[in-house]
Amino acid sequence: MINYAQFTPLSALLGGVLIGCSAFLLLYLNGRISGISGIASKILGKSSESTVPSWLFIAGLIVGSALASNAFSLPAPKIDNSWPLIISSGLLVGFGSVYGSGCTSGHGVCGLARLSRRSLVSVPIFMLAAVLSYFLLSTVS
Amino acid sequence: MLNSTTNRYLSMFSIFICGVIFAAGLQLAAMTHPSKVQGFLDISGLWDPSLALVLFAATGIFSLGFWTVIKVRIRNQQTPVLASSFQLPTATLLDKQLIIGSIVFGIGWGLSGVCPGPAIAHLIYLDVKIFGFIIAMLVGMAIAKQLKKQ
Repeated sequence: MINYAQFTPLSALLGGVLIGCSAFLLLYLNGRISGISGIASKILGKSSESTVPSWLFIAGLIVGSALASNAFSLPAPKIDNSWPLIISSGLLVGFGSVYGSGCTSGHGVCGLARLSRRSLVSVPIFMLAAVLSYFLLSTVS
Repeated sequence: MLNSTTNRYLSMFSIFICGVIFAAGLQLAAMTHPSKVQGFLDISGLWDPSLALVLFAATGIFSLGFWTVIKVRIRNQQTPVLASSFQLPTATLLDKQLIIGSIVFGIGWGLSGVCPGPAIAHLIYLDVKIFGFIIAMLVGMAIAKQLKKQ
């Protein structure tokens, strides 16, 4: 059953277009793939060669998030998870995205578009794992 | 022809702007709302297909640019506009790390509805739980990096 009350096709498509444009520009101008887990994990590195671009992209994410929130008067999101759950989730997301070399952006957007064999395998696996994990979570709680 | 210092600053500025556009997209599509993401994962209940459309549009636009512009530049041995080379992933092997990593990432993503991009965009609300999430995420990333080195 589709949840028509929550379904927002127009803003989803527009948001997706912006994400796609950003990913294209980053590759066209700078030769880099927009994998947020890769970018985030590079701030853990030592050489400024790799940390500076990562910090710049992260700063852009924060500024862009604030600008969009103000410009479109968007409601603030809420995190309902308990502390143990949010920490476990963070650990798993961080570990899994680096160990599997990508997340929803690197494998999801860029990898699928490039028809990367690894991404074509990774995305269905993490989608299925996420569906099952959410299903189990909502069953027990 | 721009000199290399100007080029470097332009490159840095453009990376920042790409971050701005990316987060604006995430916000507009409400991907910063964990409940919106979990509404997509909830295929057994009332399903919200919004995330599929975000992925569809983003992948569509990026595909178009990749196959019509980037591929041509690479074939003609051109560089990116502001950098010396295209840094595309070269691995093609479907190894155990890819499979295990994807499973672990998916489990974590399902538990909270938060993944790395939206987590960073979420920082502007100064919710203490997102700081907790990001610190835990960086710890997880550091552990994975260590394991991959071995």
